[in-house]
Amino acid sequence: MLGPVREMGFLASSFVVSLGHLGVFAGRVLAALVRPPVRVRELILEIYKLGVLSVSIVVVAGLAVGMVLGLQGYSILARFGAAESLGSVVGLSLLRELGPVLTALLVTGRAGSATTAEIGTMVATEQLDGLRMMSVDPVHYVIVPRALGLALVMPLLSSLFITCGLAGGWVVGVGLMGLDSGRYLSSLQASTEFVNDVVGSFVKAAIFGVIVGLVATWRGWRSEPTSAGVSAATTSTVVIASLSILLGDYMITALWGL
Amino acid sequence: MASPPATDPPVALRHVQHAFGRRVIFQDLSCEVPAQQLTVVVGGSGSGKSTLLRLVGGLIRPRSGEVLVEGRDITKLRESQLTEVRLALGMLFQNGALLDSLSVFDNVAFPLREHTDLDDAAIADGVHESLERTGLKDVDDLLPPQLSGGMRKRVALARAIVRRPRVLLCDEPFSGLDPISALRIERLLVDLNESGLTLLVVSHDAPSTQRMADRVLVLLPGQSVQGAPAQLLAHEDPRVRALMGEPIDPALVASEEEH
Amino acid sequence: MERSGTRDVAVGLFLLAGILAAGFLSLRVGGFTLTKPDTITVYASFDEIGGLKPRAPVVIAGFKVGEVRSIDLDQNSRARVTMELDAEQKYPVDTSASIVTSGVLGDRYISLQLGGEDDVLKHGDTIQYTESAVLLERLLGKFIHNADVGGDPK
Repeated sequence: MLGPVREMGFLASSFVVSLGHLGVFAGRVLAALVRPPVRVRELILEIYKLGVLSVSIVVVAGLAVGMVLGLQGYSILARFGAAESLGSVVGLSLLRELGPVLTALLVTGRAGSATTAEIGTMVATEQLDGLRMMSVDPVHYVIVPRALGLALVMPLLSSLFITCGLAGGWVVGVGLMGLDSGRYLSSLQASTEFVNDVVGSFVKAAIFGVIVGLVATWRGWRSEPTSAGVSAATTSTVVIASLSILLGDYMITALWGL
Repeated sequence: MASPPATDPPVALRHVQHAFGRRVIFQDLSCEVPAQQLTVVVGGSGSGKSTLLRLVGGLIRPRSGEVLVEGRDITKLRESQLTEVRLALGMLFQNGALLDSLSVFDNVAFPLREHTDLDDAAIADGVHESLERTGLKDVDDLLPPQLSGGMRKRVALARAIVRRPRVLLCDEPFSGLDPISALRIERLLVDLNESGLTLLVVSHDAPSTQRMADRVLVLLPGQSVQGAPAQLLAHEDPRVRALMGEPIDPALVASEEEH
Repeated sequence: MERSGTRDVAVGLFLLAGILAAGFLSLRVGGFTLTKPDTITVYASFDEIGGLKPRAPVVIAGFKVGEVRSIDLDQNSRARVTMELDAEQKYPVDTSASIVTSGVLGDRYISLQLGGEDDVLKHGDTIQYTESAVLLERLLGKFIHNADVGGDPK
């Protein structure tokens, strides 16, 4: 009868231990981040792998989500004769929630898991030990460019997602449903405020970027040096990062009233 | 780089104790790697050969005991201090551990770019000289996944010696190689040793050990034996003789299985 | 590191696209302004503003000429709306301002009907003629009340 209780206790304590590991890891990454030299070439390469290669999925998803918002929003608003407000409905949903959260989840699945797999493979093939033996800090050379890259590309990708979403909503509202284009834009502009909505969406995206950056590199770093280990690490990145993003979204929204 | 005082051996272990969980690897290991000699570490699988190299490289810390590199006990050092100690070492990993997103040239140039102020021309010279010593030419632009096992080891070796370390650590340099490539590597290691480099080589290839080693460290469960190859071939313990390449008595295999 | 020209260009384009998107959201959607276009500040008081919010548009015949800057209560406990209007447009002093709704349940905004006087509103002036927002609940309440009075006795 005590079995399940003991199980829960074990889970809880291993959760806390893991959190501690993550904290220590984050500290190392931060310390390496501010230490020169700045690895610009590596950072640019990572921005390419993580950002540029995510553009297509972000653009397509943004357009699709925007169009769905346009369709659903229109059908509900039209019932109350408030179809003119479509711009504000699409815009606010995207800016405040869907843009940062969906972009972060997409990037986690694509770039986050790829990063974990890459680092895990480097662990398995002793490349990280090789770096240490060459007197190069693997955190500085491998981890920092990837974590920083993920954190930097997230707000940019989120902005692209939102812009495409607004365009998708426009295509449906103005193109399909015949709303006035000016109305769409002015309703959008009227209900959105720079600090609360736009800056808020950047901040959320940046926070999610840091979360994904740390989780993806951490799970790769801690992966078992086997193919099964790398696979498990990759899965755990997607699970942990996704849950953290959703939880973090709730907390930010609740605390900041976004 | 300044040389350490002549009295300290390049590498020494004192009363090192180490275990993985319950499994004891070393109970009380003490040994020295003499300067400018080629020392080979032999032992059965799981006897701790690779662990020994990792201890010397500072990649793991022993449960107790001292690991001295050029007189300094590295078990007491933080990672940032180890960075300094490792500048005198070069390590050849079993699978090369090359950075697989970089070309051969960039891999071998890596230590030079990180730790020296050499300009591009000097770096190119250093890289090509190192690669030529390992017998490789025209491989600059290849990527590690495109290399054969033997070539990968040679590139890794070129990288390990490009900054002229004082001590070279090699983890199973012959594993996975055909006899011709293995002999090439063996000749290369002997050449490096003759040019003044101290070598610590982990190997389970008895014939090459007999040919190239100045000293051999034999790791057995719970104890170790050291000496010159000829001495050890005449050792009283049959396991030592077997590891040194004497034809194996089937009875020995049976008794080993009881462990 | 392999020097790849195309890759660097791609990264540059990506960063540019991202920054442009962010800029678009900031300036064209969020209304962030670095330079203030020439505007005049004009006030108007209403009995009822409904759901009028800051940043709501001010329009003439459907064309946007300004924005609501802020709303507060004046000494007579009426809602005083502060608007910023495009200074290029001229507004006669007998211009009237009404709060109208976009659709039935939509956002509130201010519609101006230009007057006929020669004198024009200056920076800091107050619009005299205002028409308050129509609240749906009051309208329904009146409707029900009228229906009660004219309809079947309870």
